[in-house]
Amino acid sequence: MGHEKKIRVLAAKPGLDGHDRGIKVLASALMDAGMEVIYTGLRQTPSQIVETAIQEDVDVIAMSILSGAHDYHFPKVMELLKEKGVDDILVIGGGIIPDEDIPALKECGIAEIFGPGTNTQDVVDFIRKNVRRS
Amino acid sequence: MSHGDKTSDISKALDNWSKGVEEKLKKYPERKPEFVNTSGIPIKRLYTPLDFHEDEYLDKLGFPAEFPFTRGVQPTMYRGRYWTMRQYAGFATAEESNRRYRFLLEQGQTGLSVAFDLPTQIGYDSDHEMAIGEVGKVGVAIDSLKDMETLFEGIPLDKVSTSMTINAPAAVLLAMYIAVAEQQGVRPEQLRGTIQNDILKEYSSRGTYIFPPKPSMRIITDIFSYCAENVPLWNTISISGYHIREAGSTAVQEVAFTLANGIAYVEAAISAGLDVDKFAPRLSFFFNAHLDFFEEVAKYRAARRLWATIMKERFGAKNPRSMMIRFHTQTAGCTLTAQQPMNNIVRVAFQALSAVLGGTQSLHTNSMDEALCLPSEEAVQVALRTQQLIAYETGVADTVDPLAGSYYVEALTKAIYDRAEEYIKKIDEMGGAVAAIETGFIQREIQDSAYRYQKEIESGERIVVGVNRFQVPEEKPTDLLRVDPAVRISQIKKLEALKKERDNHRVAESLAKLKKTAEGEGNLMPPILDAVKTYATLGEICGVLREVFGEYQPSTTLG
Repeated sequence: MGHEKKIRVLAAKPGLDGHDRGIKVLASALMDAGMEVIYTGLRQTPSQIVETAIQEDVDVIAMSILSGAHDYHFPKVMELLKEKGVDDILVIGGGIIPDEDIPALKECGIAEIFGPGTNTQDVVDFIRKNVRRS
Repeated sequence: MSHGDKTSDISKALDNWSKGVEEKLKKYPERKPEFVNTSGIPIKRLYTPLDFHEDEYLDKLGFPAEFPFTRGVQPTMYRGRYWTMRQYAGFATAEESNRRYRFLLEQGQTGLSVAFDLPTQIGYDSDHEMAIGEVGKVGVAIDSLKDMETLFEGIPLDKVSTSMTINAPAAVLLAMYIAVAEQQGVRPEQLRGTIQNDILKEYSSRGTYIFPPKPSMRIITDIFSYCAENVPLWNTISISGYHIREAGSTAVQEVAFTLANGIAYVEAAISAGLDVDKFAPRLSFFFNAHLDFFEEVAKYRAARRLWATIMKERFGAKNPRSMMIRFHTQTAGCTLTAQQPMNNIVRVAFQALSAVLGGTQSLHTNSMDEALCLPSEEAVQVALRTQQLIAYETGVADTVDPLAGSYYVEALTKAIYDRAEEYIKKIDEMGGAVAAIETGFIQREIQDSAYRYQKEIESGERIVVGVNRFQVPEEKPTDLLRVDPAVRISQIKKLEALKKERDNHRVAESLAKLKKTAEGEGNLMPPILDAVKTYATLGEICGVLREVFGEYQPSTTLG
C-alpha cells in the first residue's frame, strides 16, 4: 500500500450535454481518494474520448450524460475501444439513465451505471475493486 | 418612551432570556452545535426587533413598485393577477411539442415555455455529426422556420406569451418567432415573451455556448437595440441564476453571479451606445427555488433591492422600470430524487411557495419524475396543479409580500444583500464578470460549493429524505417517457426536402449578406430575419457566424 501506482481516471462528458456538476463532484471525490483525474471538458465525441484515454494511458473512463444520449454515446465508446484493441480499461457511466437501459449498456461492456443519489464513496470503492490495470 | 429606550429594554430582556436558555441547554442540547444555511450565514436561535430596525423601513423596504423594490415590482402583486404559470416543455418533433403546448394551455397554463434540443441550442442542424444521439432528446428539434411554423400551429401568438430557452442562437429563434407571427398576421410590436439570451452563465454553468464572449456580447446588444425599436414588449434577456444554482452555487452566489452578469450586459449595451432607460426595462431575470425556504424568500427580496441600487447608483437609471427585477422562477431540479419520486411533489410545493412569497412574476414547477426521465403528462399536470393550489387555495396571494417584517426574513434579506454585494465588489476588482469567467473564478467557486454540498450529504450532516435517510427498498418505475431515436431520421428527411423546395439562390444571397454584416458592425438582427425567411437553416446561419466569430474554447481545469 502507498507505493502502488495511482489509479488514473478520465472523467468524460460525451455529447452536447452541459450538465457537469456530477462529473466535477465525482472528479473531486476521486482526487481526494488519491486517484489522478483528467477531465475532458464538455462536448466530446466518442472518438475524442477513446483517443484521450489511450494517450493519457488511463485505467478508468468515467462518463456522465444527463441528456438521454447515453444510448448512442456509451456503446459507441465501447465499440471504438474494442476497435483499438483496448480491453483493460474499466468503463463506468452515470447520469440520468433509465433502469431499463442498464442491461444493454452492461452488455456492451460498461461495468457499472451510477444514477442520481449515488454516494461518491461507492464509486471510489467500485473502481478500486474492479480496476484491471495497475 | 423613545426608540432607544425600547431597544435597550428589549436587549436587556433578551439577555435574560438567553441566560435562561443557556442553562436549559446543559440538559436539553439543541440538534446541532451551530445552525448555518447553505450560503454560510449563521442562523440565530431567535430573531427579535433588534435584528430589524423599523427606522430603516423606508430606505430598505419601501413600498411595492417603488424603489428599492424589496417588497415587489407591482403595486398590488397577486391581488391584481396571479403570477404566470409557465411549464417548460418540448421534446422530439415540433408536431409532438405542439400537442404538449395545446394540452398545457387547455389545463389552464397561462404562458408557453419552449425547451429546445441540444443541437438547436448549439446551432447544429439535426443532420450534423455532433447531433447524433441528441436530436429531440431534451427539447424540440428546430432546424428551420418550417419547424417553427409547426411548433406554433393553432396557437395565436398575439394571445400567449412565450419564453424560449435559447442562448447562443437566440437571435435566430427570435427571428423565426417574428416570422411565424407575421404569417399569422401578428405584428412584432404585439409579441410578448422572453428569450433567455444569457451567454455568460452558459460559459460558467450551463454549457450551450457557441461563440467567444466578445462577439456573443455584440449579438446580445444587437438584440437589445433591435427589440427596443421593433419588438418593444419582448424581454430581450433572462439573466439566469437558475443554472448557476443548479451547477452547485449557494443562494448568495446565485444572486451575486447573476447580478454580476447583469452588470456586464448593461455595460456592454451602454458602450454600444444604447440609452440605459431604453433597454433596461426589458431585462428580465430567472432564479432558482431551492430547499431552504426562508433563505429563498429572502434571496428574491435581496436580489430586487440590490439590482435596483446598482441600476440607480452605478448606471444612473432614471426610469423605475430600469431598476426593477422582474423574474421567472423554476423549482430546483437538482433537489429532485430518483428515490421515492412521489416525495418530489412535496419538495416542489415548498419551493414553489417560497417563490410566490418572494414575489415571482412567473413560475415553473418541476415534475416528480424528472430525476428519472422526461416528465409524463400526468406528472406535469400535478406540477401545474401545485401552482394552482398555491394560488387558489392557500390564500398566500391575498396580500403583498406577506413575510415582510419577519425579524428573521428581514435579517436574512440583509445578510444575503451584504454578502452578494461583497462578491460583486470582488468580481469588479477582477475586471467584471467576463474576466471572472475567463479566469475560471466563477466556475471554481460554484464547483467548490457543489462539492461541499455533496460532502455534507455523504457525511450525513445534510439529510436528503429517501436518499441518505428514510430509505425503502423500491423498484424503479418502468414505462418512462422517452424520445424515439427515429426523430433524427425524420428531421433529416425534412431537411432534405426543404433544401430541394426552397429557393437556394435566395438562401445563399441572404447568408452572404449576413456574413458581410457580421464582418462589419451593423446590427445582425435584420440580416438574420431575412435569412430565416428564405428558409436558411439554423445550422447554416450559425455556420456563417461561426466562420466569422470563431468558437469559444473553454478551459477544463478542475478545482
